Amino acid sequence: MSSPLLSVRGLKIGATVCPPDAKPHDIKIVHGVDFDVEAGKVLGLIGESGAGKSTIGLATMAYGRGGVKITGGTIFMNGRDVLQSDWRDVRNLRGAEVTYVSQSAAASFNPAKRIMEQVIEAAVSQSKFSKSDAQARAVELFRKLDLPEPETIGDRFPHQVSGGQLQRCMTALALCPEPDLVIFDEPTTALDVTTQIDVLKAIKEAIRDTGVAALYITHDLAVVAQVSDHIMVLRQGEMIEYGTTDQIINAPVDEYTKALVSVRSIDHKEKPPSGEPLLRVQNITARYRGTKFDVLKDINVDLHAGQTLAVVGESGSGKSTLARVITGLLPAREGVVNFNGRELPPELANRSQDDLRELQMIYQMADTAMNPRQTVGTIIGRPLEFYFGLKGAEKQKRIKELLDEIEMGDGFIDRYPAELSGGQKQRVCIARALAAKPKLIICDEVTSALDPLVADGILKLLLDLQKVEDVAYLFITHDIATVRAIADSIAVMYQGEVARYGGKTEVLSPPFDDYTDLLLSSVPEMKLGWLEDVIANRKMQSGGN
Amino acid sequence: MRIPLSALIGLSITSVYFFCAIFASWVAPYGMAETVGDVWEPSRLGFLLGTAPEGTVDAQYWLGTDQIGRDLLTRIIYGGQTTILIATTATILSFTTGSILGFFAAVSGGWVDQALSRFVDLVMSIPSLILALVILSAIDVTVVTLIVLMGLLDSTRVFRLARAVAVDISVMEFVEAARLRGEKIAWIIFREILPNALSPLIAEMGLRFIFMVLFISTLSFLGIGVQPPMADWGGIVKENKDGINFGISAALYPAVAIATLAISVNLVADWVLNRTTSLKGGRS
Amino acid sequence: MHPILKLVAQRLSLGILLLFAASALLFGLTEILPGDAAQAQLGQSATPENLANLREEMGLNRPALTRYAEWIGGILTGDMGNALSNKLPIGEQIGKRLGATMFLAFWAALISVPVAILLGLVAVRYLNRWPDKVISGSTLAAISLPEFMIAYILIFVFAVKLGWAPSFANVPPDMRLLEKLHSISLPIAVLTMVVLAHMMRMTRAAILSVMQSAYIETAELKGLSSFEVIRRHAFPNAVAPIVNVVMINLAYLVVGVVVVETVFAYPGMGQYLVDAVVKRDVPVVLTSGIIFSAVYIILNMIADIVSILSNPRLRHPK
Repeated sequence: MSSPLLSVRGLKIGATVCPPDAKPHDIKIVHGVDFDVEAGKVLGLIGESGAGKSTIGLATMAYGRGGVKITGGTIFMNGRDVLQSDWRDVRNLRGAEVTYVSQSAAASFNPAKRIMEQVIEAAVSQSKFSKSDAQARAVELFRKLDLPEPETIGDRFPHQVSGGQLQRCMTALALCPEPDLVIFDEPTTALDVTTQIDVLKAIKEAIRDTGVAALYITHDLAVVAQVSDHIMVLRQGEMIEYGTTDQIINAPVDEYTKALVSVRSIDHKEKPPSGEPLLRVQNITARYRGTKFDVLKDINVDLHAGQTLAVVGESGSGKSTLARVITGLLPAREGVVNFNGRELPPELANRSQDDLRELQMIYQMADTAMNPRQTVGTIIGRPLEFYFGLKGAEKQKRIKELLDEIEMGDGFIDRYPAELSGGQKQRVCIARALAAKPKLIICDEVTSALDPLVADGILKLLLDLQKVEDVAYLFITHDIATVRAIADSIAVMYQGEVARYGGKTEVLSPPFDDYTDLLLSSVPEMKLGWLEDVIANRKMQSGGN
Repeated sequence: MRIPLSALIGLSITSVYFFCAIFASWVAPYGMAETVGDVWEPSRLGFLLGTAPEGTVDAQYWLGTDQIGRDLLTRIIYGGQTTILIATTATILSFTTGSILGFFAAVSGGWVDQALSRFVDLVMSIPSLILALVILSAIDVTVVTLIVLMGLLDSTRVFRLARAVAVDISVMEFVEAARLRGEKIAWIIFREILPNALSPLIAEMGLRFIFMVLFISTLSFLGIGVQPPMADWGGIVKENKDGINFGISAALYPAVAIATLAISVNLVADWVLNRTTSLKGGRS
Repeated sequence: MHPILKLVAQRLSLGILLLFAASALLFGLTEILPGDAAQAQLGQSATPENLANLREEMGLNRPALTRYAEWIGGILTGDMGNALSNKLPIGEQIGKRLGATMFLAFWAALISVPVAILLGLVAVRYLNRWPDKVISGSTLAAISLPEFMIAYILIFVFAVKLGWAPSFANVPPDMRLLEKLHSISLPIAVLTMVVLAHMMRMTRAAILSVMQSAYIETAELKGLSSFEVIRRHAFPNAVAPIVNVVMINLAYLVVGVVVVETVFAYPGMGQYLVDAVVKRDVPVVLTSGIIFSAVYIILNMIADIVSILSNPRLRHPK
């Protein structure tokens, strides 16, 4: 039996951190992991943020970001110990045997140089190809990766192509020197879901056609299931489970892996609407000050008390703008918003205290949504005293009740936001909204910045609170799985218009309009062969036309 | 709270200077205008350090005497009083004007912001020393006019910083949340923005104070700042500068005072600034 | 029109607008402040008749706008009128002195710019290690020192104690270049030290921000040598910010000249301006003031134009 291409044993990684107010000290990031990558195979590395995935990926290239150091273990690549090599060997390894695709191609391309020059640079400087051969190979890769105008796209500068295209250029950059191993570090995370599928497909086909091995790093199990042969689950720098993709997806052993696989599978039955709607958005058209382009065009949606309307769309679809119009931050050009049986004044300044109180908002980034100089008690207490005039012991009692409701103890009252975890911060924001006893909470991508399990916890909490408080949610998200978990009705937005609107079951059942079809079919599913099915389906449809 | 050694040194030297400035008449060994000895008598300090000219046995005055025989240490203590008084008052003036207008511009936005910002751009397009020289050639130079002139000129810089900081904070979602809650403008400025803007502004205050010390010293050195018989550090350098050419270091002592004060305040400001960034780090 | 040309044209016109606005501001300040050139010249003890006569003689009774227009027109045509104190033509004086100042500033820039960039590179190369700390520490000290203090320390050591260089600087036209340089060696040293600290701090920051970009990591992961990484990826992106830093510091240097010339009794623009302020010679102060401001504004404008021109997003629009 031949030895594997990449063999990692007992890998330990640490880092020196220098907080400005304390002495520099060492922390451990990876506590000893073992894995192999066979030639031509793909290993998926999965885990939440802080699990040490990227650090491990870069370590195989003997590279550490910032103060990151490899403190123990061995890494054999092509039979050579990477960590014992001198700098000359390391340089020959990087860009020739192992290459790297980062999450943000936009930042990873040098803005001052043309794409072609950067794509062929490693191949040429490592003398793997002559300049003209490398260029020919790059054009071939551009074609294989479905890039437009493969002959000339290399003459453009990075900012002259779209995000999805640049991510594929980065893949070409990695494949150009004919490496043995490519490290894909969250290559599709920054992309919209309909773009993600194209890049995913391009990467998968390129891996298949070139026979290169890959280490595919991501936090999204459904994505990694499509491209990898084996999967390793990491948590806080330790390996939790390792197995074939089939085993991990269909028969996970570890509890954490099970949770990852079953994430987004909250079962929420659609509630039928009854009575008058709580919120009526009628013929809303809006544009930003000083622009001549309508970002919202004739929007009509309703939301009933105690129910959830999910507004789904990709970046630039106008979904967050709709929230700004409803809250009064951006007065509409045309149309009216009816709330609780009365017409809301378009301008925030003209709204009554009750209008403001009954309509609360929760943001995507809980970090910036809380004043870092206020304690949790102050943050939750302010709406209590502002809207209800609560003071002293009465206020404290109510704050404690609210902390109970969000499943946090009253020990948090005197903490500052910086001392909380991501999920806890979002919970405090929820408590602040609840403190106003609102009828409607607008939730703007509230789970997008969170790890899947934490996000699940937040969604469950929101559903429980809805039952208790009878509050309605306008839930803005780009994530279909979240929609399935929480919505009663759905509005799909595309380029400032509502492309599809209705009850959850209705919207998510065929026949679909073109955009909804594209959107729904692009969402990775937690099953093997999903990507192939979608590609085959799409080919069939376009062939049929 | 841990105070790093450098900030501790900075704090103690700064305190000593301010103490001497406030209690100058008790600390100083002689009267400010009192002639106590010969012209440029050697310093006792130089004698102790072994740098005094050969043949001197001992010296009576710690820093020697000045160009008309006054005790130099006394002069420097009184000079420090003037310099620190002017710099402090001008810094306070610059800060109140600059930050009030800066916050006002940031929160009001629109044409108020435009008008104020463009005017500040214009004033800052002229080097402040040149602008000060032009103005000083046309007005009577007194301590008050100097303070007003320096304070207002410098308030343009504070304005820019205060406005930038306030604009950064006012687009944060917690400020938006406060607006959506229906909070009044005073709550937003004083409870949401100000607590977050304070540390960068305080750090900047240290830097502005140093700039003021250097600025007033430079003006006095050029002969257009504090006028005799009052003394300040820049003026003492000017009075004693001819001695340099005879190898008499009297002019260097006030310069050392300026430098050590500036460096100490800088060390403190650096520390405050670092604390600020570390708090920001905790926020992100 | 190419969008980048439009931006450059906009910045140029803004610069010209700023020049006129600055001149109006300076002129306006001497107008609205209590007292006028005649008052300043004669002092508090002047009799009303004397004042009136002098005002008449200087043409101060005519409308401010007319005098402003004449003043600007005079500067643009080179006819700047006469000084109040010694009646010498201002244009002639400025012609001579501007050359002397530029000579001083040129040599100071020639030495300080490469040294600052070099030190900036060294500081980044040895980031947070002793060379960086030494460089950062000494720049902190240099920023805290007034220019005249550096000057007198250098005079004390090099002119008085060691006798290596003169403590008064003068460059008559018939002097040979080497002699001239020897004569101004101390002023050059002072200016270099003053501007070096700022320039080196800013260069360090500029290079650091480039070196921390993700594309530098990409280049390193391509297996390029550190020299190639710097030459092919860091340098092209760092040039613009560094040129920007240099321009801003040259502007700063031009102002630093004022104090240094006074210390070394160097017959340049700075000394001319300070003398005029002491003598309350408002026409000279105004004219030299606007010349200093113009140099400052133009250098800052060049800095901005360099940033515009070097931005690939603007140079190669979508």
